[in-house]
Amino acid sequence: MSEALHYHFDVDGANFSNAGRASVETKKLLRQIGVPAETIRRIAVAMYEGEINMVIHAHGGDADVYITEDKILIQLRDEGPGIRSVEEAMKEGFSTAPENIRALGFGAGMGLPNMKRYSDDMHIDTKVGVGTTIELWYNL
Amino acid sequence: MAVYTHSVEINTDKCTGCTTCLRRCPVEAIRIRNDKAVIDAFQCIDCGECIRVCQHQAKHASYDKLSDLDYNKYLIALPAPSLFGQFNHLDEADFVIQGLLDMGFSDVYEVAKAAEYVTDLTRIYMADPTAAKPFISSACPVVVRLIKLRFPTLCDQLVPILPPYELAGKLAKERAMERHPELSPEDIQTVFISPCPAKVSWAKSVMEGQEVYVDKVTSMNDVYMELLKRMKGCEPGPGASPEAGSVGFRWGMTGGEAASLMNDGYLAADGIDNVIKVLDDLEGGMLGDIEFVELNACSPGCVGGVMAPTNGYAARLRLQSLGKTVVIKPNRLEDIEDVESFGGVVPEVYKEGAAFTYMPDGSPDMLKRMIEMRKAEALSEKLPNKDCGACGSPTCKAFALDVIRGEAQLADCKVRSEFDGL
Repeated sequence: MSEALHYHFDVDGANFSNAGRASVETKKLLRQIGVPAETIRRIAVAMYEGEINMVIHAHGGDADVYITEDKILIQLRDEGPGIRSVEEAMKEGFSTAPENIRALGFGAGMGLPNMKRYSDDMHIDTKVGVGTTIELWYNL
Repeated sequence: MAVYTHSVEINTDKCTGCTTCLRRCPVEAIRIRNDKAVIDAFQCIDCGECIRVCQHQAKHASYDKLSDLDYNKYLIALPAPSLFGQFNHLDEADFVIQGLLDMGFSDVYEVAKAAEYVTDLTRIYMADPTAAKPFISSACPVVVRLIKLRFPTLCDQLVPILPPYELAGKLAKERAMERHPELSPEDIQTVFISPCPAKVSWAKSVMEGQEVYVDKVTSMNDVYMELLKRMKGCEPGPGASPEAGSVGFRWGMTGGEAASLMNDGYLAADGIDNVIKVLDDLEGGMLGDIEFVELNACSPGCVGGVMAPTNGYAARLRLQSLGKTVVIKPNRLEDIEDVESFGGVVPEVYKEGAAFTYMPDGSPDMLKRMIEMRKAEALSEKLPNKDCGACGSPTCKAFALDVIRGEAQLADCKVRSEFDGL
């Protein structure tokens, strides 16, 4: 298969209760394809974290899923404030989430570390004031 | 592996081929072909939504009729807890039990009593630090099948303990043999009085080689009609006192099972769409610290089952009131078993024989699936995306995949006709 199977989702930043919809849809698609259960679980957890981050910090964005014979790429793109220090953000417990979000039980500072843990490879491309693109890679 | 035998039947004379069930099926298992609904046996989870929503009474549950029971046998009624919530002005459960005996059953073993033992077994199972958390109840067969088909990563979190109706069958048979040593096992038949078709399917479809303790499954609707006739003026005898406590009766409604565990960290949800949402969130790891999850396909629990005769919410209210008339102290497993000797491990006799394993849909030829889905994705962009269902598939996306797989024709789309050239 030369061309990747591609799905696009809008991540709605205005509606917190919708957060997670893209990862739920992605999970369904991966199951239909027959992706191994453990890979689906890791993608579901990491992508959900990413979606929540986009809603909390960046008023939403785009999620794109590319599937080929041997790899899956989840690309999460936003035009939010950007990450000042990726090194800091990768530390467990580091969070810049506002108080009202923390009150909801989010913003524990586990987002990025969890995404790395639940992916085979992660790339972060971020620029303060411009936005952030995170790529989560999985081998099949 | 045994074939899953479903209990939803379609009356093709009554089915008009309308799209109501098609669009309400939570797992998209229905298609309209040649103007009649057809159910994909692999995808169907027996939730009974299609029976509920059908305006033409074209769908019904199949079960064992009361007239087909062999009354020469030692028949034991296994009434679900929800049965006791069906009657207005019922002051005591005794009237229901006496009514069942008057119907010709030799004995009654309350599923509510067995449920209290399941609570104890679940506690033992949950104390195992190596078991996968949060624990998910396996009492609702719809939820079990849904997880096995669609939530591969949650399968090992299902509590592998016999559901109350099955444990009731086992204990009822043992009690009958003890009380009547002259009987042979073939003389004894257990009859579960079920509020839902899913439990009929479950009893019909257990894996080969697994012992089944529920022999027949009949409908609560039918039993209700018989009981109404007999309960008027009935004088409950001494053998008709309920053995279950309020804990067991509350299993008939959502939250009853979870609350019986006396554990703070539980979540209880009902209604098939809510159940799917909770499972999705659970699989994404987004529900926080939860110890136990109780899920019921019907709202507000088994009292709202498709084969339960009265309004589920009224039945819940009555079940709550009735719970106050019985003893609060539940039956304890230690009354019938030397629990100490278990060593903290649930004995195999109390466990589900077949493991809860993921059942992927067909052959996992990923490349073939990907090509199909890419073609379907390209096709669905050209479809009207009105999801009207007139083609016989539940959504335009599902229709696209059906066309690519050769199960539907592009010409079936009634909304637009410019596909002729495609």
